[in-house]
Amino acid sequence: MATQVRQWRVGAAGLAVLGLTLTACGGAKVGDSSSASDSSGDSGKCGAFNLAVNPWVGYEADAAVVAYVAEHDLGCTVTQKDLKEEIAWQGFGTGEVDAVIENWGHDDLKKKYITDQKTAVEAGSTGNKGIIGWYVPPWLAKAHPDITDYKNLNKYASKFKTSESGGKGQLLDGDPSYVTNDEALVKNLKLDFKVVYAGSETALIQAFRKAEKNKEWVIGYFYEPQWFLSEVPLVKVNLPKYTDGCDADAEKVACDYPVYDLDKIVSAKFAKSGSPAYDLVKNFSWTNDDQNTVAKYIAVDKMAPEAAAKKWVEANRDKVDAWIK
Amino acid sequence: MTVAVEKPEQPQKTDAVPPAAAPAARVRKIGRGTVVAVILVAWLVLFAVLRGKQTLALAAADLTDLHRWINDLNDSIGANRNSNPLFLYFFNEIRLVIDTLVTFLRELISQPSVGRPVPQIGWLGVVGIVGYVSWAVGNWRVALLAVAGFTFFGLQGLWQQSMDTLALVLCAVLVALLFAIPLGVWAGLSDRFNRIVTPFLDFMQTMPTFVYLAPLTLFFLIGGASAVIATVIYAAPPAIRITAHAIRSVPGTTVEAADSLGATRWQALLKVLLPMSKRTVVMGVNQSIMAALAMVTIAALIDAPGLGKTVMQALQSLDVGTAFNAGLAIVVMAIVLDRVTTAASAREEEARRSKNRFLKWRRPLLWAGAAVTAVLVYMSHTYLWAAEFPGEGGIGSSIASTADTATTWVQDSLSGVTNAFRDGITNGLLNPFQSLLTDSPWWLVGAVLIALGAVLGGPRAGAIAGMCVGLLVATGLWSDAMTTLASTLVATVLVMLLGVAVGVWMGRSTLVDRVLRPTLDAAQVMPPFVYLVPFLALFGATRFTAIVAAIVYAAPVAIKIIADGVRAVPATTVEAATAAGCNNWQIITKVQLPMSRSALTLATNQGLIYVLSMVVVGGLVGAGALGYDVVAGFSQGQLYGKGLAAGLAIVLLGVMFDRITQAAARRVSA
Repeated sequence: MATQVRQWRVGAAGLAVLGLTLTACGGAKVGDSSSASDSSGDSGKCGAFNLAVNPWVGYEADAAVVAYVAEHDLGCTVTQKDLKEEIAWQGFGTGEVDAVIENWGHDDLKKKYITDQKTAVEAGSTGNKGIIGWYVPPWLAKAHPDITDYKNLNKYASKFKTSESGGKGQLLDGDPSYVTNDEALVKNLKLDFKVVYAGSETALIQAFRKAEKNKEWVIGYFYEPQWFLSEVPLVKVNLPKYTDGCDADAEKVACDYPVYDLDKIVSAKFAKSGSPAYDLVKNFSWTNDDQNTVAKYIAVDKMAPEAAAKKWVEANRDKVDAWIK
Repeated sequence: MTVAVEKPEQPQKTDAVPPAAAPAARVRKIGRGTVVAVILVAWLVLFAVLRGKQTLALAAADLTDLHRWINDLNDSIGANRNSNPLFLYFFNEIRLVIDTLVTFLRELISQPSVGRPVPQIGWLGVVGIVGYVSWAVGNWRVALLAVAGFTFFGLQGLWQQSMDTLALVLCAVLVALLFAIPLGVWAGLSDRFNRIVTPFLDFMQTMPTFVYLAPLTLFFLIGGASAVIATVIYAAPPAIRITAHAIRSVPGTTVEAADSLGATRWQALLKVLLPMSKRTVVMGVNQSIMAALAMVTIAALIDAPGLGKTVMQALQSLDVGTAFNAGLAIVVMAIVLDRVTTAASAREEEARRSKNRFLKWRRPLLWAGAAVTAVLVYMSHTYLWAAEFPGEGGIGSSIASTADTATTWVQDSLSGVTNAFRDGITNGLLNPFQSLLTDSPWWLVGAVLIALGAVLGGPRAGAIAGMCVGLLVATGLWSDAMTTLASTLVATVLVMLLGVAVGVWMGRSTLVDRVLRPTLDAAQVMPPFVYLVPFLALFGATRFTAIVAAIVYAAPVAIKIIADGVRAVPATTVEAATAAGCNNWQIITKVQLPMSRSALTLATNQGLIYVLSMVVVGGLVGAGALGYDVVAGFSQGQLYGKGLAAGLAIVLLGVMFDRITQAAARRVSA
């Protein structure tokens, strides 16, 4: 009998909670006019737009701006996909990726997907100049100005020794997806250095950041445009000047890297689709400074990519209008 | 959290060796030690003579025919995937089913679904369900923990990402169990099938996940489905092993009793074996969940949604705070899911022990709870405030800035000391050892490995070592494999030093155990990517950084196993030693450690395997060798084959050491 009473009491308590919650609350309902603000109006013209985002902040800046413009000016439904280059290019054939908007060289991928499989086509330059080379932290360039000439590197080789470099100077390389001739360069320029692979961009940036802070000796591979240069303005070391074809034989390279014309690659299907997003990608073009600005918003000021893009787009309406005219 | 149930065949040795066998064992042991010493001396002598010859070194950009052949295979699959019936009717179908499941779960709890700005069930509903389910399958204590944990995600500002991760993990675990439980039961019933399936499970667990991410996207395209399949490959083996172990450990007499009562095989399975092993099978589910969570960050590389993405993106700009915040959410999710499943496995026993009165209460309470949960779900479906987590995630940003400050402080104040420590270990231990391994002719190192395998583990282990050496040479990456081996062994030695020190401390004191265990759990679940940045600041891009990262990941396992081993030493033995006048040091070295010898060998085995699983992460922070090859293969088309070969080489190293240490452990305890 007693237990039965208890059961009733529990049931009643449950009901009371139920009733309380039902009556006490309220607020905006899902589907109310107040909440359905987006997605009305001019969508449907553009449709879905799948944009690959390769893992470096400069690319993220490109993607954020293109995605922002596509969404807000063209009404596209943009899906940004975080992918490494190799995987992103694979996606052209399967229809999962429409565009890669900051491509560094990658002649092997171009041959495979553009020439052989014909699943991708080029969509012109981004306007960015990709500069690759060897860099030293600013304090070092200031303390030893002659270090920016490769001919003097051997003089300082012993200063660059680390536990990893086997008695030689250490030349630090980064992520394996980088375009690099450094091993051949060290050999052909007869430098007393050993290439050590840091393995990731994170490791490389951390090494430079620490070197500048603690006045350590570091020389390594780096590139522009890059947000980190606005935090620590690394100084480029001059290698023998690049001339056309001096890097034709990978074994015998003894010259600097060419200036890369960064370009955009889109899937063949997307290029033929007539989507306004394709025209946007094709017309998209800005300067290294533009990209660095947005990249700095994201990486240094820790803004969300979308907010960073909004800030830049609003300040540079004229440039954006030229892309979507 | 990843306990050592994976090696069930290990006989637990708790009582002392009978006195009669002692002299014989001693003679044999001395003999073995001498042989090992002779082998090592011979190696050193030959190394001095033959240094630098036939080392099979291969430069970073060089390829072998095998690597090129894999590249071509990869290309032709990619080129033909739209016309091949295998793709059209097999892989694409699998992908479709899994993709539907993922999309369904995500629209349910994390992503805006059709026509709605928010998911079907909002945060209040999810918290309600989680609390209710935890209480129903476990007890009110874990329910409270679960509700607190899930609310914490919202306060961190990571509600949506957490739900994406949860959806992915749930999906992967569901699919994994669908295969794992039947396979596990089969492996539990049939020795033959068990023998066949074990090497495959080893392979699935040791193969670095980076290696199969690229092929998976080739077969199953980019995104959710591939991420789930990658996770399933990693998460299924523990469930299979533990299910098999559970079936095996049902007492033979019980099965015989069922047989004598005339039960058919099928009846015996359904009515006796499965119910009796239910508890252990739930532990298998637990291990699957933990493994799935470990994959969250890596799967983000192929666009898997969720917390892993936040970690990866934060690391691009070296934002340790944000990465830590997301990593913490993963840890909290792991702890909640771990405690809930553990409580679920213990619930029935607990319920049986507790008073009857409670049982009568249970049913009406369950109904009331279900009603309340339904209301919460309904509200979160209908009202915006219950669907979207309120607030800006202020706790998240203060966690992030605290983590940043702490990291900066550690970096600034410790980096002088750490450099000295790093150089000491590198020059004193790692470099000599590495040059011994990489500069000796390959056949010499191979012969030494085979001989050591045979002496320590017996002729069978020797044969397996020989096979692995042969295959390692065939991968074309011998020199890189030896570099990796050197770092791995140094890391394992350090893991064992730490494991013995802390493990004994924990084993001797329940208080210490209680304080340290959550930290160990967290160290195992925190994605390594989060602590790479501070470690890079402390130790630079070096092999040593990779070793430290591996220690953080592997030491907790070794510590836990050793602590359990020390605790398993009978209290009476320790008391007897105390009565005989032994001091603490003597008790540890003469009684507790020798008697937990099998735990020590098991800890070595697991420590090594865990260290090996960090090789790829090491490749990201300057360890080079196989880890770098794997990452490079994932990043560059022409290195694809080499990366795959490097992955195989890591597996081969793992298999070789696992077999040798296990055989040695069996000999020790025999």
